Amino acid sequence: MGEFEVHRVRFFGLVPAGVRCMAYQHRGCRLALARTDGAVEVYNFAANYFMEKAIPGHQARSVEALCWAAGERLFGAGLSGDITEYDLERLRPARTVDGFGGPIWSMAANNDGTRLAIGCEDGSVKLFQVVPGGVQFEKNLDRQKGRVLCLSWHPSGTHLAAGSINFIRVLDVRSGNELPQRGSKKRECVVWSIAFLSSGTVISSDSFGRVQFWDWERGTLQDSHTVSTSAVLSLAVSEEEDSIVVGTSAGATYQFQLLPVKAGGQEKRWVRTKPFQHHTHDVRAVVHTPTALISGGLDAQLVIRPLMEKVQKKGYDAVLRKFTFPHRRLVSCARKARLLLFQFSQHLELWRLGSTNKTGTPHSAPPHLQGPEHIYCSCVSPCGSWIAYSTASRFHLYRVQHEGDSISVKKVPGVPKLLLPAYQLQCASDSGRLFVASDRGSVHVVQLLEPGGCKHLHTICVWCCSGTREAVYLLASSADGNWLAAVSGDWEVHIYSLKHFKHHCTVPTYSCAVTALAIHPATNNLFISYSDQQLFEFSIPEKQYTAWSRMVQNSGLHKLWLERDSPITHIAFNPKNTSQILLHDVYMLCVLDKSLPLPDNNTLLVNQSTLKQLSEPARRRQLHAFKICKKFQPLLFADLLDERCLVTVERPAVDISAELPPPVQQKKFGT
Amino acid sequence: MVAPAALRVVRCGGGALHGARAVFSVGARQAGRFLLCASGDFVKMYSVATEELVRLLRGHGDLVTGVQLAPHNHLQLYSSSLDGTIKLWDFTDGILIKTFTVGHQLLALYALPASEDSVFVIIPKRDTYQLVSVKLTKAAGQDMEAKELSVVLEGVDASPKCTAFGREGEYVASVKDVSLQVYFFKRKQLNRFSLRATNKKGGNNVFTCVACHPHEDCIATGHADGKIRLWRNFNHKKEYTFSTLHWHHDKVLDLAFSVEGTSLLSGGVESVLVQWHSGSDCKKDFLPRLGSAIEYVSISSDGTFYCTSHTDNRITIINSNLRFSKTIQGLIKARDIKTGLVVDPRTKALVLNGEPGHLQFYCLQSDKQLYSLDIVQQEYIHQAGLNQSDLARVAFSAQGKWLATVEEREETDLELQLKLWFFDEETQSFRLNTRISMPHEDHVTAMCFRDMDEMEDDSLMLVTTGRDCVFKVWVILEDTDPEGNWSCDFVGSYHGYQATNCCFSEDGSLLAVSFEETVTVWDSSTWDLKCTFCHPPGKIRTICFGRLTCSKYLIGATDHGFLCCWNLLSCALEWSAHLNVVVLQPDPLSEYIAAFSWLFKESSLFVFKPNEPRPICIQRKFCKERIQFAAFVPRDVPETIGSEKYLWLRRSQLFFLTDTQELMTVSTKSLEERLTLSSKQLAVEESLPVTPFSLLLGKHRQQQSQEDVDLGKIVRHHREQDSPAVKELLHTPAHVLPSASFLCPIFINSLLVSKENKSVEEAPAEVEMESEGAEDDSDEENTVTEMKQEDIMPTESLGETTHKLSKSEEKELRKIRKTDYSWISVF
Repeated sequence: MGEFEVHRVRFFGLVPAGVRCMAYQHRGCRLALARTDGAVEVYNFAANYFMEKAIPGHQARSVEALCWAAGERLFGAGLSGDITEYDLERLRPARTVDGFGGPIWSMAANNDGTRLAIGCEDGSVKLFQVVPGGVQFEKNLDRQKGRVLCLSWHPSGTHLAAGSINFIRVLDVRSGNELPQRGSKKRECVVWSIAFLSSGTVISSDSFGRVQFWDWERGTLQDSHTVSTSAVLSLAVSEEEDSIVVGTSAGATYQFQLLPVKAGGQEKRWVRTKPFQHHTHDVRAVVHTPTALISGGLDAQLVIRPLMEKVQKKGYDAVLRKFTFPHRRLVSCARKARLLLFQFSQHLELWRLGSTNKTGTPHSAPPHLQGPEHIYCSCVSPCGSWIAYSTASRFHLYRVQHEGDSISVKKVPGVPKLLLPAYQLQCASDSGRLFVASDRGSVHVVQLLEPGGCKHLHTICVWCCSGTREAVYLLASSADGNWLAAVSGDWEVHIYSLKHFKHHCTVPTYSCAVTALAIHPATNNLFISYSDQQLFEFSIPEKQYTAWSRMVQNSGLHKLWLERDSPITHIAFNPKNTSQILLHDVYMLCVLDKSLPLPDNNTLLVNQSTLKQLSEPARRRQLHAFKICKKFQPLLFADLLDERCLVTVERPAVDISAELPPPVQQKKFGT
Repeated sequence: MVAPAALRVVRCGGGALHGARAVFSVGARQAGRFLLCASGDFVKMYSVATEELVRLLRGHGDLVTGVQLAPHNHLQLYSSSLDGTIKLWDFTDGILIKTFTVGHQLLALYALPASEDSVFVIIPKRDTYQLVSVKLTKAAGQDMEAKELSVVLEGVDASPKCTAFGREGEYVASVKDVSLQVYFFKRKQLNRFSLRATNKKGGNNVFTCVACHPHEDCIATGHADGKIRLWRNFNHKKEYTFSTLHWHHDKVLDLAFSVEGTSLLSGGVESVLVQWHSGSDCKKDFLPRLGSAIEYVSISSDGTFYCTSHTDNRITIINSNLRFSKTIQGLIKARDIKTGLVVDPRTKALVLNGEPGHLQFYCLQSDKQLYSLDIVQQEYIHQAGLNQSDLARVAFSAQGKWLATVEEREETDLELQLKLWFFDEETQSFRLNTRISMPHEDHVTAMCFRDMDEMEDDSLMLVTTGRDCVFKVWVILEDTDPEGNWSCDFVGSYHGYQATNCCFSEDGSLLAVSFEETVTVWDSSTWDLKCTFCHPPGKIRTICFGRLTCSKYLIGATDHGFLCCWNLLSCALEWSAHLNVVVLQPDPLSEYIAAFSWLFKESSLFVFKPNEPRPICIQRKFCKERIQFAAFVPRDVPETIGSEKYLWLRRSQLFFLTDTQELMTVSTKSLEERLTLSSKQLAVEESLPVTPFSLLLGKHRQQQSQEDVDLGKIVRHHREQDSPAVKELLHTPAHVLPSASFLCPIFINSLLVSKENKSVEEAPAEVEMESEGAEDDSDEENTVTEMKQEDIMPTESLGETTHKLSKSEEKELRKIRKTDYSWISVF
């Protein structure tokens, strides 16, 4: 696979929404993250920090606080004044309860997850009991003027610390009484974040850039650290309560540690230790896991900084991780028509590719959304004449008419009423069918009729055979139109025969999340990549892993390959050479040649530049299966249009930062 | 005293004041405070209150590398030196108490209160250095061997800044390159932490210095990229942690914790002292514009003073509220001395390049900078690779009334400025009178005033020579300004050769200008070329006219190694000698000329009179370094010199500057003589605290049986200028004095006039004159004295009676008194 003509697309103007709040579930190693546009994402740390679930946002639903309660239930609260419980199987808000206190600024769950406390605009703190099937109002605690911006439970669950503008309150949960308050009113000091330790220390961070340690019983200030000239927005405590992490509006995070003043002595003191500057904008949320500091900022980055002293061995966990883009494919490509469909949170863009040395032409008035809901998924058919997308409550299908250079988009009427939302859309390679992934593991097959109609053909239901309630989030159909592979939220890969609309087989269960899959057009082998960077090839007709896949598993993949940062989000095949597979993640593009030997740990993984300098026979000896290209970064999408033509979609970080509001002005030496 | 042949080279000042961290002595009041710092081979003791040099502790044979107060006696001081000895001093009296010979080069010294009888030193071990503890034996005796060494840390850095001892001496931290090692004495545990050499952001993690918190387990380290790291929890190998403070943009050169540990001081090349409060990056105070890079920071033990040693040989004393207090300035080491050594006729100070763009006036007697004159008057920017104006040439007129300076800046083309400064009597400083830009097209090579002491002002002229092949004569035009402005009067050239040197004859009638190989002599009134001399093939390096009786001679040195003397009357070569002369320096007060030669990597000194080709004094190979510049500085009082050979040193003293910018002089006095006699004599007795006074008493004790000469008389005679006994009593530090009851009778007796003074016939004439007036009224007193004497008699065994002295004793006493004065006059 030699040279490519590359369409280097840089006009995908995606600006990921900033991180608003985060909640970490210690037992399940899952991190829930809410973005400023109301989207909620769940990252599974056990599966290499893969973004397991994503619930698209809603214009009216902002999330100000997230917390896990009663095991694995996720609650969110926002300025709409509602407490929302999220259905993580069907990936949508399950039920909402009004807090009746105006916009909710903060929410906290007690240690055993039985109670939720919310802090409202009107200054009230309300307690809710978590009951099966929802939350139930329990009581109102004393009301004070001023919105309650942050809340923290004492680990014993008897007291609550609440921070608002200019003061901190400690509330007795049983009596609802308020303990003496402390604060000053000289200048308006916003207490942005608060934490209540079991020792009785209340830690607060405020808009003056201070992190303060209070003794709550006496109401005295124990210690004060000025961390920054700008506000300290977020604060998180480790489980052992010997370390905290704070995030400032200047983009820096700092760790504080409780260290003995003298070796062997009893006296301990909070000391500011490590500063990190990973963000350019406000760090709105921080989380302290046992082995890492996690911070999320308005620059949409999620940074996982491992604590080296806590990590036992060097490996995947001991490396700094930065996630800016969702682990989802937001671009779909019509290969034959040479069209690209970009999915934004509230609109779509259809672009036609020009010749490679020209810039692409923006095409088509994109179908703008009506309503406040965000797009779940979208797709364009290979022939380029159909566009489909889905929101939480609607499914839309459009017919695209090409007349020379102009284009007209027409809504297809009479779209079947499907079980919504659709989590993934996939067109068959002949553009005759549309596969709609739905919840409970079911897939709807919709026939696309010329000149602009559709018909619901069949519903394939995994639920019937495996009993899963999870939604299908990835689909792959074979080129010959016989097979369909679907991945549901419990990471099981089911294969259906489209001839008979019947379950064909299930790929053996693997302990990690599937990040991408595709069916080879010639051999009908299903190629699967997992979030732990493993690659499998499964022969659908033979219902077993292929010999190559077994060989890969026996010899193992290269160490550097396994330690890569981001998951593979798209797989494509070379139509002319059956042994070549195109894979890509955010940082690299890889052509995997199955006919070549696998590299072992001693050889260089990224060897393209060294190969260039070698003589022909030496090069032949050095060749291995992974041909990696890191030229395009960050890479959101790459696909082969034909055997000589490649399209890549990049989103340079500079362009994103240019669209963000200017960060807090900081004087830099030498500028 | 000793053989007259001993002409010695003496380092006379300008020793770096930043050889080691300075120490503050402990004292109750500011007045009683001293600052002790290593300077060359000496330890200098400055008064904190007056910034005066109080005492010079000499005795080390090589560079002093460490100065530490003795932890259990704050009136004593340990000093270490490259000569391999540790010396214990009583610094208030300047007495060397003990010398411990270690036998290795000592590069740093640490004394801890926790370790009773041992100190820590850094010694070399092959290519690396190690930190060892040295046991100091308590046995009596002045010179002791200290061979009991035990290694604490291997592979430490040689710099004393790279090792520090922690809280109560529990651990020692040492940094080298990118690793920090901490050794815990009690647990015998060694922890090693290393950083990556560089980080992604281009930082440089190399350690430069270390300091330990006085009360907590906290280590501060400075780094080459300007960061300061505060390490904690370093008793754990893995769970150690550090925080970072960053303000400096370049190397952190030194760190110091305050006494309570609440703040941290740091200094670097920015010449800003930064005070960090409670380990926070946000709270910091600055003391900017300290002049030059901060080499060391130290804090007095009660925290009231900070002190910074700078690379330009300066010590700044700073109050604890970061208020600049005082400065002690030695000879500034300029990066490049272009001006040479010039003597200011007014102050007799040595004038040379100081701070960039400044002229320093350096007082040789007090080893202090008198003042610094800003010539360039432009902000100096500390940045590598930036060409900035610097001072190139300086000349004074005879009375010091005019000062001419040339500054140059070399970018793509040369920028030159000639400035003429007038000494303003009112403000007692130089004032800029004329500024001439581009006086020459190329570098100015030499400059001189026509200096005639008696002549009126209009004879004043300045000659500059340049590489643009001309020499220019500048005179004052009086029409515009009462003081007049300078302008060019005459431009002379000779066959298009570069003009390299110029020199006026003593009476100012002739000007000699050298043009490469030729010396031209011009009549200064008509500007006619009188005659030319040359001595091919060499180019002329320096020229000068002879003086006084030898004023008819012109001396020149060529770079082909010839020294020539031409007779101006006969216009012929009088004599020449084969000598590679580097510096030729005439004495302005006599006819002697000093020539320094440089041969086989050694400098030699020749002193001659131009009228005889045989040198008066030859001092071969007296210095291993090349001599850059020399100057004769007139003495205030002509020195008495016995030897014929050294008569040339009678009226002026010769100073010279070596390549390494060490200021040296030559002296006929032997080392013993230069060391103050008192300190030498007093070093005899051991166990007692030895002061002149106790010595005096000791003498009396021995010779009690001898009788007869009255002390009181001498005392009386000296009353108006303070009797030595009283003076000693008042000037000896209280802690070394005997008890008051013991001193009281002596003191009182010394004030009384005893009866016997009538019987003294042989008393010196001047004594008699005085005592006569006192005789009449002293009868009564005498009886009282006698009575007293009788009272005292029984207790004589204790040896208190001191009022009777034999003649020999009196002589002895007088001798002591003499020495005493010299001892005091040192300060």
